[in-house]
Amino acid sequence: MHLSGDEIVVWRYGFFTLNETILVTWALMLLLAGGSALITGKLSEGVHISRWQSFLEILVTLILKQLDEVGLRRPEKYLPYLATLFLFIATANLCTIIPGYEPPTGSLSTTAALAISVFLAVPLFGIAESGLKSYLHSYLQPTVIMLPFNIISELSRTLALAIRLFGNMMSGAMILAILLTITPFVFPVLMSILGLLTGMVQAYIFSILATVYIAAATQTRDE
Amino acid sequence: MDLVSIVALASIITAGLTTSIGCIGPALGEGRAVASALMSLAQQPDAAPTITRTLFVGLAMIESVAIYCFVISMILIFANPFWNHVIAQAGGH
Repeated sequence: MHLSGDEIVVWRYGFFTLNETILVTWALMLLLAGGSALITGKLSEGVHISRWQSFLEILVTLILKQLDEVGLRRPEKYLPYLATLFLFIATANLCTIIPGYEPPTGSLSTTAALAISVFLAVPLFGIAESGLKSYLHSYLQPTVIMLPFNIISELSRTLALAIRLFGNMMSGAMILAILLTITPFVFPVLMSILGLLTGMVQAYIFSILATVYIAAATQTRDE
Repeated sequence: MDLVSIVALASIITAGLTTSIGCIGPALGEGRAVASALMSLAQQPDAAPTITRTLFVGLAMIESVAIYCFVISMILIFANPFWNHVIAQAGGH
């Protein structure tokens, strides 16, 4: 059964295979990075700014305000990483509206990669903020007995991040495919609207959870 | 009954039961979460952004449990290692 884009292999050379998921991810990267480079090539301050520039400004300001409200101190330091997470997942899920498109986040490889990047980023930011000893000391935090539980909770929340995003996107695509064989038009349209909504919500959830983990890790040296 | 039938029977029954029983708990939990969010929205309407955001984060966490059950069902139906092993053995005979 066709679960995700991983099964469509475009090009194979010995050990390396290029499947549709990777191609679509590259296309999304080109869209996001290239589009932003084009827009920010000519920035202007002043009263009249182009609508694309104001669109980008709205995005950045909204995300910064959200990060601040969730309780992340100094959100500007973590804005590039967290906003990139949100924008990549949101664009990948929003482009489902294009016919014939398979979201790369419907493949466990992509979501596992994103979850692993969060797993690596949280200690890195924590150590950059408060030093190695203080960060490691936070693992012993309520009592020393909690050390294995803290480690297990780190691993399990990474796994939960990956599976949550994968399950939501894959199930949306699969329900759509199954319904298309049953009823022609009405139900599949409604399910795709629901799929778009859950795609946006899941992008928001992924980045908010990453924010909460980073906020918890960088709060170790407080007053 | 031979081994192939037993593995098939167990996989099918377990796949059905996993999703059906596993979605009861999260559905009840999400209902309670939304109910208490609505009550607190009615009590304090100007805290609406915070309440809504916390509600969505909480709903996503509860939903993950249902998704775990769904993934197990999918694995049992489409990527079942026991089935593959048993079929490979039966094919090798």
